[in-house]
Amino acid sequence: MTLLEAKGLRKAFGGVVAARDVSLTVERGEMVALIGPNGAGKSTVFNMIGGQLRADAGSVLLDGVAITDATPQDRFRKGIGRTFQVAQAFLSMTVLENIQMALISRHREALRLWTPARERYREDALQLLAQVGMEGTANRSCAELAYGDVKRVELAIALAGDPKLILMDEPTAGMAPAERSALMELTDTMTRSRRLGVLFTEHDMDVVFGHADRVLVLLGGQIIASGPPEEIRRNPKVREAYLGDTHGLRPLLTSSP
Amino acid sequence: MDLSFILIQALNGLASASSLFITACGLTLVFGVTRIVNFAHGSLYMVGAYTAATLVPRLLEMSYGPATFWAGIVLSALVVGLIGILLEILLLRRIYRAPELFQLLATFGVVLVFQDLVVQIFGPQDILGPRAPGLRQPIEILGRRFPSYELALIIAGPIVLGAVWLLLRRTRFGILVRAATQDRDMVAALGVNQALLFTGTLFCGAFLAGLGGALQIPRVAANTGMDLSVIAECFVVTVVGGMGSVPGAFLAALIIGQLQAFGILIFPKSTLVVVFLLMALVLAIRPNGFFGRPEATGGSHVVGIASRAPVRSGPLLMIAVLVVLAALPLIADPYLLKVATEILILALFAFSLQLLIGVGGLVSFGHAAFFGLGAYGAALAVKWLEASMFVAVPSGLLLAGAGGALIGAFLVRLSGIYLAMMTLAAAQILYAVAFQWVDVTGGDNGIIGVWPPAWAGPRAIYYLLTLAVTAIALFGLTRLIDAPFGYALRAARDSEPRAESIGLAVRRHRWLAFVAAGAGAGLAGALYAFSRGSVDPSLLGIPTSVDALTMLLLGGIQALTGPLAGAAVLHALRDWIMPLTPFWRLLLGLSIITMVLIFPRGLVGTVFHGREERA
Ligand SMILES: Nc1ncnc2c1ncn2[C@@H]1O[C@H](COP(=O)(O)OP(=O)(O)OP(=O)(O)O)[C@@H](O)[C@H]1O
Ligand SMILES: [Mg+2]
Repeated sequence: MTLLEAKGLRKAFGGVVAARDVSLTVERGEMVALIGPNGAGKSTVFNMIGGQLRADAGSVLLDGVAITDATPQDRFRKGIGRTFQVAQAFLSMTVLENIQMALISRHREALRLWTPARERYREDALQLLAQVGMEGTANRSCAELAYGDVKRVELAIALAGDPKLILMDEPTAGMAPAERSALMELTDTMTRSRRLGVLFTEHDMDVVFGHADRVLVLLGGQIIASGPPEEIRRNPKVREAYLGDTHGLRPLLTSSP
Repeated sequence: MDLSFILIQALNGLASASSLFITACGLTLVFGVTRIVNFAHGSLYMVGAYTAATLVPRLLEMSYGPATFWAGIVLSALVVGLIGILLEILLLRRIYRAPELFQLLATFGVVLVFQDLVVQIFGPQDILGPRAPGLRQPIEILGRRFPSYELALIIAGPIVLGAVWLLLRRTRFGILVRAATQDRDMVAALGVNQALLFTGTLFCGAFLAGLGGALQIPRVAANTGMDLSVIAECFVVTVVGGMGSVPGAFLAALIIGQLQAFGILIFPKSTLVVVFLLMALVLAIRPNGFFGRPEATGGSHVVGIASRAPVRSGPLLMIAVLVVLAALPLIADPYLLKVATEILILALFAFSLQLLIGVGGLVSFGHAAFFGLGAYGAALAVKWLEASMFVAVPSGLLLAGAGGALIGAFLVRLSGIYLAMMTLAAAQILYAVAFQWVDVTGGDNGIIGVWPPAWAGPRAIYYLLTLAVTAIALFGLTRLIDAPFGYALRAARDSEPRAESIGLAVRRHRWLAFVAAGAGAGLAGALYAFSRGSVDPSLLGIPTSVDALTMLLLGGIQALTGPLAGAAVLHALRDWIMPLTPFWRLLLGLSIITMVLIFPRGLVGTVFHGREERA
C-alpha cells in the first residue's frame, strides 16, 4: 500500500494561495524530492503533511488511513518524523538530552515525575547519535553547535520516533558540500535498508539528482511536473521556471508569480 | 427600573468608556510600535491627574473661564507627554530587545519610582480638582439630573478617536506608526529614524495617559492608588480590543463601560469581576482580542533554566545547608526567626514561579493569585470550619491547586504578552473577590486569628516546621523539574513545533505546570498566613506578584537556586532598609530597573555564568 498519499491539498494565507491542488505519493523505500523556487509553497506542503498547518481542502493518507485533521502529536505516533527548514531543537538541553526527550515521548513517559530524564534511554540515544555521526558531541549543549550539526541532531530526533515516513525541509541548508553528501548518503542508506519513505526539499540540485527516486516540481503552489530525475532535467516547463546550466537546474525566480 | 434610569446608566457607562478609551488608546499605541507593555502608563495617568489638580486651580485664579480650564487640562497632558519622552530616552530604548518579562518588570520599577515621587512632589493628601467652569450645573434628561461634565467626557472620547485617526491616516508620522505596528522590520528596512519614531510615539502615549488623568479631576480626587487601578483596566481594554489596535480599544472601552454601568445593578460590588470575566471570555474565544494579530513568539530560551551537568557534591551541599538552617534557632532571636521563616516561605513562592517561567517559559504576572488562594484557603478553613493548622494548610494548597487548574485551563491557549496579561487579570479577579465579598473574606480587613496550635506557637518551632515543609516541597519541585515532566515543559518552551512533532502534549503539560506551581505557591501562602496570623487582600495584589518576580530576577531565571537567593536578598533588604527611609519604593524600583539593565541573568545567574565563562 502507498505509504503517503496527499490528495488535492490547498492552503491560502489571506489572498496568497500558497498551495493549490497538490497531490503526491511516497512509497516505502523511496526518496521523493519536492523542488521549486523560494516561495513556491514547499514548506506549506510539508506543514500540511506534518500537521503544523491545517489544509483548506484535500486529504492526507498514511498507509491508507486519513490523517488530514490529525494533530502533529498523532502523526508522530502514526510514524511521521520530520525536520524543519529553520532547525528546531531543544537548545537549552544537551545533544543527548534532545534525543532522550524524543525517546521518552515515544515511550509515553513524558508525564513521569520522579526519575531524572537524563538517566533514561541513554544507550538508545547514543546509538541514534552515532547513526548521524554526532556521538562525539553528546554532552555538549545544543546551543553551542554549528547550524549544520543542529540539522543532524534534528534528524536523529526524527529517527528516535521510529518513523515510517520522514519529512525533511531543506535538510542540508547551512552545511558544507562534503557534509551534505555525507548526510544524504546516510539518509539514502537508511531509506533503503529500513524501507522508510522520505520526502525532502532541497535547493542543491546535486543532492536532488544524486538521491531522489522521483522529483516533483512546485511552482506558485502547483505541481507543474513530476517524474524520475532524468526526465525532470529535460522537461521544458521546468527549464522555463529554472535556468538550466551544466549541472542541471538553478533557481531563476525568487518568488512565485 | 424605568427608561430614564436606563438612559442615565447608559450615559454613565459612556462617560467612563470615554475616559478609559483615552487612556488605553495611549497604551495600545505604545505597544503597537515598541512592543512594550508599559506598566508605567497608569503612573503617567496619575501624574496627569495630580498635575492638573494642582495646576488648573492656579490658572483659574489668574483668569476664570472655560478656556483656561481646558487649556490647563491640555497643558498638564503636555507635561506628561514630556515625561514620556524622558522615559523613552532613559529606559525604554534600552530594553526594546529584552524579553517581555524584563520589560514588564522594568516598567513596573518605574511605577514604584513614581509612587514615591508623586508623594514627595504633590504631598500625601488626595487632591480634588476644581469643577469645570460652564459645566457646573447638571442638566435634566427625562426628568433626571445628569452632570454636564460627564456629557463633555462622552464627547471627548470620540474627539480623541477622531484626532488619533487623523494623526494615523493623514500624517507621515502616523503612517510610520501604522507601518511599525504591522511590521517592525519593514520600518527598519525603510531606514527611518527609528529613535525619533519611538520617542514620538511615547510622547503621544504619555500625552493621552496624562489627558485621561487630567480629565478626571472634577470627578475624582487625584490619589496614589490611581496608577494600579487604571492600569489594570487599561490592560483589559487593550487586550480585549487586541494589542496595538486603536479601534479595538475603542470598542472594548465601550463594552466595558456599559458592563460596569449595568453590572453594578446586578452584582453591586463585583464590577471588577465582571470586567475581568469579559476579558477571560474574549481571550478564550479570540486569543488575540477583537482586532489583534498573532504575535511572533520564540527565542524565549534565552531566559530560562538550561541543562547543567549534575554537581557530584550537590546533595551533600544541600544537606549541609539544611543542617545549618536547622541549627539557626540555637543562635537566633525570635525576630530573626520570624524573618527567616518568611524568607523560607517566599523562597518556596518564588520557586513555584520558577517552574512556570524558568522551566515552562510561561510568563506569569499574577502569581500572587495562587499565593493568596493558599493563604485564604487556610484562613477560611480556620474561620468557617474551625480547622486546625494541619487541615488548614493542606486546604490552602488544594484550593490554590484547584485555582491553578481552573486558571490554567484558560491560559494554555495563550502565549507571550497575552498570557502575562491574563494571569494578571486572574489575580485581579481574585483580589476583587477577596476585597468585595466582605461577608466571607472580611473584605479589606481580611481574616485574623489564623494561628498555629499552641505547641507550634513558639517562633523556633514554627520556623522548624516551615523549614521541613519547604525543604520537602522544594525537593519535590526540583525532582519534577529534572524528571521527564520538567524536561517536556522545557522542550515546549525551547521549540513548540519540535515538541509537538515528537508527540508531546504541550497544552496538557502547561496546564499541569499551572496546577503544580499553583499548589506550590498555595502551600507557601498557607504557611505565610499562619506565620502572620492573618490574611488580607494585599496578598493577592499586583505588588505581591511583582515581589515574586523580583526575587526570581534577583536570583536569576537560569539557576535553580536563584529564587532561594533572591528571596533571601529581597526580604533581608526590605527588612533592614525599609524602616530607615521613606524612599523604599523608589529604591526598590530603581534596583529593579538597574537589575534588568545590568544583570539580566540575575545575581546567581551572573555568578554561574562568569564561572562558566572562565572555565
Ligand atoms: N504563515 C504564513 N502567513 C502568510 N503567508 C505565508 C505563511 N507561510 C507562507 N506564506 C506564503 O506562502 C507562500 C509559500 O511559502 P512557503 O514557505 O511554503 O514557500 P517555500 O517553497 O517553502 O519557500 P522557501 O524555499 O523560501 O522555503 C509564500 O508566498 C509565503 O509568503
Ligand atoms: Mg520553505
